[in-house]
Amino acid sequence: MHIRTFVAAAVGLGLVTLSACGSSSDSTGSSGSKTVTLVSHGSFAYSKDVLKAFEKESGYNVKILKSGDAGQAVNQAILTKDNPQGDVFFGVDNTLLSRALDNGLFQPYEAKGLDKVGAEYQVDKDEHRVTPIDSGDICVNYDKAYFSEKKIEPPRTYADLIKPEYKDLLVTENASTSSPGLGFLLGSAAEFGDGGWEGYWEKLKANGVKVVDGWEQAYYQEFSGSTDGKKAGGDRPLVVSYASSPPAEVVYADPRPKTAPTGVAEGTCFRQIEFAGLLSNAKNAEGGKALIDFLISKRFQEDMPLNMFVYPVVEGASVPAEFTEYGPAAKDPETMAPEKIAENRDQWVKSWTSLVLK
Amino acid sequence: MVVPVVFFGLFFAHPVAAIVVRGLKADGSWDLGRIGEVLGDPGIRHVLWFTTWQALVSTALTLAIALPGAYVFARFDFRGKELLRAVVTVPFVLPTVVVGTAFLALVGRGGLFDELWGVRLDTTVWAILLAHVFFNYAVVVRTVGGLWAQLDPRQEEAARMLGASPLAAWRKVTLPALAPAVAAAALMVFLFTFTSFGVVQILGGPTFSTLEVEIYRQTSEIFDLTTAAVLTLVQFAAVGLILAVHAWTVRRRETALRLVDASLTARRPRGAGQWTLLGAVLATVVVLILLPLGVLVERSLDVPDFGSYKALTSDESGIFLVPPIEAVGNSLRYAAAATVIALLVGGLAAAALTRRAGRLVRGFDALLMLPLGVSAVTVGFGFLIALDEPPLDLRSSWILVPLAQALVGVPFVVRIMLPVLRAVDERLREAAAVLGASPWRVWREVDLPMVRRASLVAAGFAFAVSLGEFGATVFIARADNPTLPVAVARLLGRPGELNYGQAMALSTILMVVCAVALLVLERLRTDRTGEF
Repeated sequence: MHIRTFVAAAVGLGLVTLSACGSSSDSTGSSGSKTVTLVSHGSFAYSKDVLKAFEKESGYNVKILKSGDAGQAVNQAILTKDNPQGDVFFGVDNTLLSRALDNGLFQPYEAKGLDKVGAEYQVDKDEHRVTPIDSGDICVNYDKAYFSEKKIEPPRTYADLIKPEYKDLLVTENASTSSPGLGFLLGSAAEFGDGGWEGYWEKLKANGVKVVDGWEQAYYQEFSGSTDGKKAGGDRPLVVSYASSPPAEVVYADPRPKTAPTGVAEGTCFRQIEFAGLLSNAKNAEGGKALIDFLISKRFQEDMPLNMFVYPVVEGASVPAEFTEYGPAAKDPETMAPEKIAENRDQWVKSWTSLVLK
Repeated sequence: MVVPVVFFGLFFAHPVAAIVVRGLKADGSWDLGRIGEVLGDPGIRHVLWFTTWQALVSTALTLAIALPGAYVFARFDFRGKELLRAVVTVPFVLPTVVVGTAFLALVGRGGLFDELWGVRLDTTVWAILLAHVFFNYAVVVRTVGGLWAQLDPRQEEAARMLGASPLAAWRKVTLPALAPAVAAAALMVFLFTFTSFGVVQILGGPTFSTLEVEIYRQTSEIFDLTTAAVLTLVQFAAVGLILAVHAWTVRRRETALRLVDASLTARRPRGAGQWTLLGAVLATVVVLILLPLGVLVERSLDVPDFGSYKALTSDESGIFLVPPIEAVGNSLRYAAAATVIALLVGGLAAAALTRRAGRLVRGFDALLMLPLGVSAVTVGFGFLIALDEPPLDLRSSWILVPLAQALVGVPFVVRIMLPVLRAVDERLREAAAVLGASPWRVWREVDLPMVRRASLVAAGFAFAVSLGEFGATVFIARADNPTLPVAVARLLGRPGELNYGQAMALSTILMVVCAVALLVLERLRTDRTGEF
């Protein structure tokens, strides 16, 4: 038995030695480390040269870990907060912010250049645990071709969506798993009030709303207005997406059409703000701070729109022409105070799930 | 005995306990009232009901479709039988993600059925049930067929001589002998479908959710750890019960049956009836097993000129930090390490189980089976929150993934090694010891030659299982080191033909690796009475 244990230990040691020369180059960085790691969701995108410029100026190597959608990424970050996978987390939005703050995900840091960020985006003014990075509007998109063919006016408001002429046309995302899905739910709650949204969703369900798990599936497979959705045989001309989706349709099309093939129902929008924060137990806090400063630098702010199709939050950062031309920003989106979201979100999602999915 | 116990304590009990504590200990005090709260929730009840219902239906379907197959494999001799046996086993070692992907290509939007007849079954319960039958066909064929082949046909013939009708003879003689094996197979299928994750995750959509998927959703998406913990406990209890019943049927199966060599009982089919049966079984195998696998390969070639495979080598996709093809290397590395760990732990556990008898050991035996049924998701999640403090801070270490995979591999290793080890005559060991051999040398000279082949088979299974492990790995594989199944799942979640094509291509690669491993095993395998 002793001998066997010894062998086991030897083999175990062997494995550990193997792991030392294993594939991953994990930076168990000390505070003076030259590597700074950004943790984000799967939709994080940037231009390589912009990041290279930051690396050059700051002297840090930036490593980026992307996984899952926004909600999953936040949850994973919370679960691993005592020993985080990186230094900065980007991509928690106003719908989930309270979850991150209540669980102590971030440490305070007042970013350099914060004074240029619009006041309406700064929700954590006293403590600066998070820094606003971008904003966007979650709205219902419609397939222009479908409605002109059928000679029906596309819907404009939440109330329109429960009219009989739009029966079986809308696809939305699961509010418990997808940030646009949750945004659409919160928007309806802002519109119809705490007591009214459930009745609205009952009518929406009766009107044949389809729910899928994530935005990708809804937009690229079920929606008839997107290029990919057409290919996939999507048959829903209404989808919960973003105000910036129509410009994206144009930018990614080859050749570019003169007008966007999709439009936005302007009365169905909910304002979303995305934040970044310095993770509580960041191994390289100094590098993390520099990275957050960079995220609100004009250079990165102007690089974001055509990569992630979001709006900058820094005053004076210009928005590409495609944005204004093909899809003007929502005029008067629904908003909700972070405290109110924090108070009701989980309960609402629960009720929504049993109301709509079961 | 010490090594396996420590291993399980550290890497199984400890993480699972951590999750449960985290869920049930609100603000520092135990709050068991939450259990009732969770179980009273209509949504959760629906999940419980659906989990049980689909497992029952899947099991019944699998038995109905696979029992004739078991008979054909047991009693008939035909050309290509060995190859076919390997073919029907391929699904069982396939990663659930691949199974889901294959069925998506078959019955999903734009899938084969959609193109031919406009039939779409994805997000219906049928897709899930079919995938489960596909997955578990081999369990029944191997467990029941293995025993059936060794039953002495002369017993039934004797009954016929004494005037029993063919049906009565079968009912009175063969069926009682087979019943425990059928029950054991049914329980295994029930267990696998009850804890189904990858298949339901890919084919279920937001409406269908098994306990396992719900645990994943509650933790990773909804972040309701309490509910997740309660569900884990519920699943734990259910699995414990299933395993207890299973162990009982296995013991029943060890009752004295007159077994003969399988090669003596198989004959060439005779008469129209038997040929029809053989034909029907072959047709079932073609439609149920070859078709989904074939569609998978076909879809991976959709982009002309091997485009999907070429795309795997570029890192332009933006999903991973590395080209997806690197996932193949990662997977192989992880699986190799996991196999070493599983063989070591499982081998020692099997050795300990052969040397000792008694209630304690039986409990230990059952304990080793638990990881099969405890939510892999829970294990992965527990790893994340439990193994993060010195001296055991493994979270950023790559060894974490093989450890989780080994947990799932160990039960297979034990099941395969145990019968062989038990068959080694104790007197040989004693004789060697009397002649002055050290325990180590006894093991090397006596046990090792006998178990070498079993170890290879066990290693193959552990390897295949590790390669396809998804539930735990999905949590702990880092974005810069995805494994094959994780990469497939991520690619499926991305839009566009090329991503879909890449998912299919990766699945195909994974399938080929598994199939090759299995064919090699099939050559090595000697006894067919094993439980897998």
